[in-house]
Amino acid sequence: MKAAKIVFGLLAVTFLMAPLVTILPLAFTSSDLLSYPIRSFSLRWFEELMISDAWRMSIVNSLVIGAGATLLATVLGTLVSLGLRRSFAFSGILKSALLLPMVVPAVILGVGMQITFIQLGLVNTHVGVIIAHTVVALPFVIVSVSGSLAGIDMRVERAAMSLGANPLRVFGHVTLPLMLPGVLSGAVLAFATSLDEVVLTLFVAGPNQRTLARQMFSSIRENISPAIAAAAFVIIVGTVVVAGLVLLFRAAAQRQKPSTVTV
Amino acid sequence: MSAPQEIKTASARAMLLGPALVFMAMVFFLPIWTVLVQSVSDPAISNALPATVAAVAEWDPHTAPTIAMQEALAEDLRAIDDPQILGDVVRRLNSQQAGFRTLISRTSGALNRLADDASIDLVAIDPRWDDPIYSQAIAATMSPTTDRFLLAAVDMARDAAGNIGTVGPDVSANRDTFLRTFAIAATVSLVCLLIGYPYAMLMASSRGWVRGVLIASVLLPLWTSLLVRTAAWYVLLQDKGLINSALQWVGLIDEPLGLLFSRTGVVIAMSHVLLPFMVLPIYSVLLTIPPNLGPAAASLGANPIRSFLHVQLPLSSLGIASGSLLVFMSAIGYYITPALIGGPTDQMISSLIAFFAMGSANWGMAAAFGVLLLIPTLLLYVAYDRVTSRTNGRST
Repeated sequence: MKAAKIVFGLLAVTFLMAPLVTILPLAFTSSDLLSYPIRSFSLRWFEELMISDAWRMSIVNSLVIGAGATLLATVLGTLVSLGLRRSFAFSGILKSALLLPMVVPAVILGVGMQITFIQLGLVNTHVGVIIAHTVVALPFVIVSVSGSLAGIDMRVERAAMSLGANPLRVFGHVTLPLMLPGVLSGAVLAFATSLDEVVLTLFVAGPNQRTLARQMFSSIRENISPAIAAAAFVIIVGTVVVAGLVLLFRAAAQRQKPSTVTV
Repeated sequence: MSAPQEIKTASARAMLLGPALVFMAMVFFLPIWTVLVQSVSDPAISNALPATVAAVAEWDPHTAPTIAMQEALAEDLRAIDDPQILGDVVRRLNSQQAGFRTLISRTSGALNRLADDASIDLVAIDPRWDDPIYSQAIAATMSPTTDRFLLAAVDMARDAAGNIGTVGPDVSANRDTFLRTFAIAATVSLVCLLIGYPYAMLMASSRGWVRGVLIASVLLPLWTSLLVRTAAWYVLLQDKGLINSALQWVGLIDEPLGLLFSRTGVVIAMSHVLLPFMVLPIYSVLLTIPPNLGPAAASLGANPIRSFLHVQLPLSSLGIASGSLLVFMSAIGYYITPALIGGPTDQMISSLIAFFAMGSANWGMAAAFGVLLLIPTLLLYVAYDRVTSRTNGRST
């Protein structure tokens, strides 16, 4: 029984981790083929990412669109979460409706956005892609910020108010610092969502808005090469760095908490 | 709360919620609504031929077209100055009744040569106008709404008399795609359950670094880009990939299995992507089961299998339900993984939608498939919502 458990555990962990473990070393292959064995190592595929116009432009686009979508989704999502903090008539339905982009298949939303964006003049523009990515990133911000707001003891805010702080001051000195970790993780999730978005991009972006994920999608389809592994490496390292920064920031915020909650 | 304060809260709430609600209304709900409208709208004829539509209403469909209808049609055709609109009209009429392509172009050319005040005789321009079948075609296409896209999406069509019938499998095989979509989603859910449940049990029963490794192995793939994981499966599944090489090295197979661009490959890759959504809900439910229930069942004489079937399984059923619903609901809408890992016979509904929208700009068909995919997705979401609210209600 115990042996069966160990064997099953090893097999399951292998299944889960194998894809991640196999793709990363291929970024450093010197071969033209995206397959094992790796005969010798080189950085030529990272160079390819930098030199080739298509890859370089897609990285820049991903950063610009990701930053725009993150900013927009974080601001809108944080405001919504504050508005939904106290329940009122229909607040539950409203929240479920705002989380729907997580559920609706992306292809359906893509068709609708393509038709609507043509009418609004947003198709084949960076603004259009930023808006599309914001729609699917927003639920992640709402879930994250609402979660951290639910964890705030409202008595702390009432105490601040009873000590004479006006609502704006209470928000700036009590609520905001306490909810900041949730806002930051929401922002990271929003950026990660935008970075990984392909389907909506296929529908609303033109050749000048190709993102890294979109470029990876078409290279897997059309001309597969180890540049894909190099791009994957960049995405994974980027995600790890951003997530690490947030963890650091969160830890710092935790240490600061006693001193920031002073009015 | 005093009245002024209530007003203040309400207006603050409106200011907080307003921007996101306006945003979502414009770029989420409006697009979804557009899809619903597109799936039943057929405006080509009613927009382009308004006078004809009015005249046809007063015509006996078994007789040749009246003079009033001919004049109305001539007026409408002369009024069209955009070749694209004329093209839409021709396409729509031709799809209803073959022969309209030449009929309209000859008629419209002759009308343009005629003086404005000359009397109209369409039958003189082209004798085919004498046949009521062409007027019947106009009558059949003039409604601004249609069910033909939704019918075509499930391999059905109306005949000339308006009766709904099934189209042969040689013409259209959309039902196969629907069945295949649900079959793939069901297989993936089953695979995820068979791996995910024991995995969640292992997670819940382990301690220390083992639990850490098990949790990390679920969360790391979840956090990794979907495209990166799909690219990785492409590498693993190809004929010279690691899986085939390993199996050949062990001696289990002589020839590569051809996993890439196959159904097996799609199921493997999708199960990998969706496995965390099965493991995590089951794990969180398993954690709420008191650990002394197992020993209690054993002390009452139940063997481990009986104890599992009668104690643990019923108590974790809500986790199984929410995990399975989540995986199935996500799987039926998948596009990227089947598009990259699957072959032509492994494509799902989403691929059809993408094909009609991007490949042929046939938004009516794309929208009809969209509606037929949206309905089961939303029903599953409602079921999932019910199950999870019951889970939360019990654990708090």
